[in-house]
Amino acid sequence: MEAIIQPTAAIWKVLETVCDPEVPVLTIVDLGIVRDVQTSEKGAVITITPTYSGCPAMDVIRIQIKMALAEAGIKEVEIKQILSPAWTTDWMSEEGKKKLHAYGIAPPQYKVKDDANIEDTHPPCPQCNSVDTRLVSEFGSTACKALFQCNDCLEPFDYFKCH
Amino acid sequence: MSQTMIQYEGKIAQIVQEDPMLQFLLYAGDNALITGHRCSEWCGHGPILEQDIAISNIALDYIGAARNFYQLAATRIQAKDPSLEVTEDTLAYLRDAWDFKNLLIAELPNGDWAQTTIRVYFISSFQWLFYQQLTQSSDADVAAIAEKTLKEVKYHLRWSREWVIRLGDGTEESAKRLRQALTFLWPFTGEAFKEASYETATSSATTIQLAKLHELWKQELQEVFAEAGLEVPTQQAFQSGGKTGKHTEYLGYILAEMQFLQRAYPGASW
Repeated sequence: MEAIIQPTAAIWKVLETVCDPEVPVLTIVDLGIVRDVQTSEKGAVITITPTYSGCPAMDVIRIQIKMALAEAGIKEVEIKQILSPAWTTDWMSEEGKKKLHAYGIAPPQYKVKDDANIEDTHPPCPQCNSVDTRLVSEFGSTACKALFQCNDCLEPFDYFKCH
Repeated sequence: MSQTMIQYEGKIAQIVQEDPMLQFLLYAGDNALITGHRCSEWCGHGPILEQDIAISNIALDYIGAARNFYQLAATRIQAKDPSLEVTEDTLAYLRDAWDFKNLLIAELPNGDWAQTTIRVYFISSFQWLFYQQLTQSSDADVAAIAEKTLKEVKYHLRWSREWVIRLGDGTEESAKRLRQALTFLWPFTGEAFKEASYETATSSATTIQLAKLHELWKQELQEVFAEAGLEVPTQQAFQSGGKTGKHTEYLGYILAEMQFLQRAYPGASW
């Protein structure tokens, strides 16, 4: 039987169903973690890049990619990791940013080149949309987030920091 | 799961011994791992929740950087002898204290919050300059790790700089604690700038110029210490040895704890 080569577009579709385990509202495609997809007669080669070096989600994401592709009938999957160019929030899709805000996490407000000072950043509160917000701590529940608080509704919230 | 994990001793150690770039990778990886381990000891013990989370995040970044260096070293060792079974875990868990090349300052105890934060400041201010130079490396894999790590070190430096200024310019008690920490750590701050043989041998590939780094580092210190109300000590920072495997007694205790599982149950995995 001849091997069927899956078109890369079909594989991208499958990858769009794989969510980040720590930010389950975003897919790994929304986040810009998937850098390249190649197919061959044997299967697929997926190139990913970590968000932060120590992000524990990366090991889970590898397993999830293999499982999702296996379910789609692609058994031979090689996952390569690259570090350069280093991951940046600039790659996050607009769709992903909207989903983040709706989920309760303020999305990155700037591009990295803006070199914005996080203390002068006032992301709209995901609860009440007020921009009267302040930085509590540059480090949050995961490496990619900082902790903010809304001065109007007083709710604390996570901000996905520009990186 | 293999019953016995390959020992570091013997062939792997010999391959490392003959290759200065592998030694350099271990030096960079060991600095990250041991600093990260010390930071991780604060997890659950931070002075306030936000700072507990901050230093735990910093620990995670360091351990992530260590993994990148160890994975690269392991791949290259294996390429030299495909019969060897060597992974990042072999390098983290099966080397002994004399094989570790981290700076002595990384392994010293955490002490109080002042000692912890000024230590992170000394290390991250050095690394900020170190990784900037390393991004220029002709070794593309090394340059990629540097590029990645640099973005994270930026946070460590900003966080620890703020703590040094806050404590130094804070209460009488906080300033006293910071000065004590400075007196204790200062002798260990010079080692980073003393070139080990593997640094000399790899300098054209890494582009690291330690004399230049030292000048820039002293400028950084002048600015931050001035704001913190601290004097930059004038005495010699004479302690060294870590880069060539001569450690304080503290490293042995760190490794005893960190490596216990792999030593007691070789090859154990999740």
